[in-house]
Amino acid sequence: MNATQFLTIFISAVFVYNVILSRFLGLCSFIAISKETKPALAMSLAVMFVTTMSSIITWLIYRFLLLPFGMTYLRTISFILVIAAFVQLVEMIIKKVSPPMYRFFGIYLPLITVNCAVLGVAVLNSDMFFLNGKVLPGSFIYSVFQGICVGLGYTLAMLLMSGVRERLDLCNIPEAVKEFPLAFIIASIMSLSFMGFNGFKF
Amino acid sequence: MKKFLVEFLNGIVKENPTFVLLLGLCPTLAVSISVVNGIGMGIAATFVLLGSNIIISLIKNVIPDRIRIPCYIVVIATFVTIAELSMKAYSPVLNRALGIYVPLIVVNCIVLGRAEAYAAKNTVVNSLFDGLGMGIGFTLALILISGIREFLGAGKILGYTLIKGFEPVFVIGMPSGALLVIGLLLGFFNLLKSKRE
Repeated sequence: MNATQFLTIFISAVFVYNVILSRFLGLCSFIAISKETKPALAMSLAVMFVTTMSSIITWLIYRFLLLPFGMTYLRTISFILVIAAFVQLVEMIIKKVSPPMYRFFGIYLPLITVNCAVLGVAVLNSDMFFLNGKVLPGSFIYSVFQGICVGLGYTLAMLLMSGVRERLDLCNIPEAVKEFPLAFIIASIMSLSFMGFNGFKF
Repeated sequence: MKKFLVEFLNGIVKENPTFVLLLGLCPTLAVSISVVNGIGMGIAATFVLLGSNIIISLIKNVIPDRIRIPCYIVVIATFVTIAELSMKAYSPVLNRALGIYVPLIVVNCIVLGRAEAYAAKNTVVNSLFDGLGMGIGFTLALILISGIREFLGAGKILGYTLIKGFEPVFVIGMPSGALLVIGLLLGFFNLLKSKRE
């Protein structure tokens, strides 16, 4: 466990392999909710929270349930069920404890269950930090850190995109590319600029 | 028979999952680097769609309404696991190329969307044709996108060089090229639609 490893995870999850612009995870929510900055921010914060928590939970399940009993083939089923149950639980707690917060991002929480980014992080963690059924040293910390970084990368892409799209309201856009086609073309140009981070080596 | 044909064609043209419903874009963009990958992904998704549509329409009366989504997810995840393990056993190269996008079929919006919107309300045979149509529509869309990207990005189709001396556009094979191709295709289909009206 050292600082370089953390820096590598940070740079690669936020910039080089950005969840949205390079791995295409969570693209549906990225295109649908990035029209204005405020909902985009609420969605990003919710995603960041869920990716972090689900990294912790799925690591525990993989390490203490699936690996010892040789049931790693149940990875997909168990991960998605746990994530779905967790998101439901969080939604219920927020509704009870803090109604204003529920109004702020409550409606986005159910959407997160089927957000590929969340399951994607869980699967990536179990691919990267477990080798041939063995736990790599420090894998828990790395998994959690990767969960946070993927959430940060999502937030970054979401904020950039919503800023651009708010400006586009004032522009004269050809009828055929209005809304979704243009959003994809903008995302493409953003992804092109993120490609510049590819040369980073540590 | 004619009614089944309507269900079947519905998914391919009128409600094409990729170009009309805009569902399941994550795997579409990520694996469309080459036509072979696109076809592999299409077949896996079609299998999952078909299986989950049939099972869900069979058990739709047994599932309590309030917990239907978790039940659907378990059924879908089971079929994804079957597809993942078969792919690992029979085609390891393809499995490596598709990587984490195979388990991610679980959260592909097409599958859950069809389960909720169609299979939960219709008979088994109808759902079967709907799943087949949607799956083939998805596969065709994947072949179109990956064909364009493989031709422009690598100068080849299915690994064969088409034009001698064609200089490939490297960036089309990169993630940003995928977004550009789908954006332009969507715009093109919008243009066609507005011309016809």
